[in-house]
Amino acid sequence: MKAAEFDYVRVASVEAACRALAEAGGDGKILAGGQTLVPMLAMRLLRPTLLVDVNRVASLQVIVAGGGEIVIGAGTRQSDALADEIVRRDLPLLAKALGFVGHVQTRNRGTVGGSIANADPAAEIALAALALDCEIVAQSVRGVRTIPIARFFQGAMTTALAADECLVELHFPAAPSGGGRGCGFHEVASRHSDFALAAAAVQLALDGEGACRSVAIAVGGVGGAPLRIDAATERLRGTTLAAEDLAAAAAIVREVVEPASDLHASADYRRRVAGALVERALLDARSEALAGRN
Amino acid sequence: MSQHEITFTVNGESQSATVAARLTLVDFLRDALRLTGTHAGCEHGVCGACSVLLDGVPVRSCLTLAVQADGSEIVTVEGLAPEPGTLGILQDSFWETHALQCGFCTSGMLIASHALLAANASPTEDEIREAIGGNLCRCTGYKQIVDAIALAAERLRGSNLPAKEAADDER
Repeated sequence: MKAAEFDYVRVASVEAACRALAEAGGDGKILAGGQTLVPMLAMRLLRPTLLVDVNRVASLQVIVAGGGEIVIGAGTRQSDALADEIVRRDLPLLAKALGFVGHVQTRNRGTVGGSIANADPAAEIALAALALDCEIVAQSVRGVRTIPIARFFQGAMTTALAADECLVELHFPAAPSGGGRGCGFHEVASRHSDFALAAAAVQLALDGEGACRSVAIAVGGVGGAPLRIDAATERLRGTTLAAEDLAAAAAIVREVVEPASDLHASADYRRRVAGALVERALLDARSEALAGRN
Repeated sequence: MSQHEITFTVNGESQSATVAARLTLVDFLRDALRLTGTHAGCEHGVCGACSVLLDGVPVRSCLTLAVQADGSEIVTVEGLAPEPGTLGILQDSFWETHALQCGFCTSGMLIASHALLAANASPTEDEIREAIGGNLCRCTGYKQIVDAIALAAERLRGSNLPAKEAADDER
């Protein structure tokens, strides 16, 4: 299994990457971690004429917190993000999700932005980013633009990025401050670290009385793109997340999702599992919030 | 198709070559350098047989282009032995616990477990299984491989003891 021929250029800046993509006229591809791109080249599912290697663009590999948000450079290795103090403290949901991504060897190369740009419907990073309402910064020779994640995923392996755009940064709102915050991430996969048959991400905050101040719920693997379940969010806000509230939220999830059947699992199985995983993620998040942990 | 001049270190020796953009690191190591201890299994990032250390961390060499390794330090399974024809403590532990049958996955298993033990001297069984989670073995059922890594961890910890204590441990 060998890739077809292509040209390769290693760039030292985002501007140079954008120029190279523009000159390739739509046939260029950014090479970041390469953990999905290189297999697709080997299987000849993709035949770009040019690979633009951004692995040595230092500005793409930063994690900074400030001004109410956390900015992760798109080229940050998944293993670096997983070990990062800021991510563990301020984006605990992303940290939980990263533990499910691939294997040690693929996390050492794979990037946070690469997973989002690839937009696999079952990818954990994309799911956490959707639940956390992140904003995506993309750059091209035409300029820089910010895309809300709710408009970024357009279907399986399809995003709002144009062929000449380079994903540059992910801006995450800082988690709700103070105590009473919790998150949960659960998935079912045939083996740990495989893509999820279904996955659920939850982040919430409780007030002093234990009532739900805010909650975000998203599910993955059960449609062409990860999906926020805002109806379940509405149902839970203001409640104490009692058993009947969680059961009602799970019922909403089962109603809303439109999974497909494939070799690995039936649509019905995925629907039921998605509901159960949301319930488990909510339970985890509530326990964490009640324990006053971050 | 672009051609590129690259220079990198493999098992401590500097290597220079001109490579085509599409050449993968595993093919370069095996075909150009004849370091055939690194195995090309699935060639699309699933099996882990091609694992090598790139600047100290385990990666899949079938998912890394040779041109991307320019300027970096590579260690292959050949670089794990103290000298040619001998076995390191980790390799000897694989032998002792029968952690290989056909041997195809072994070089990748050794690289993955070497990286684990370099970072964590006393891994739990879960940590060992996590570390080799990206490496497929179709013979052993993994049990003996996990045993081998645990044994190697124990021996490596022991090898760091002063000589007298190590000798006392023996008795």
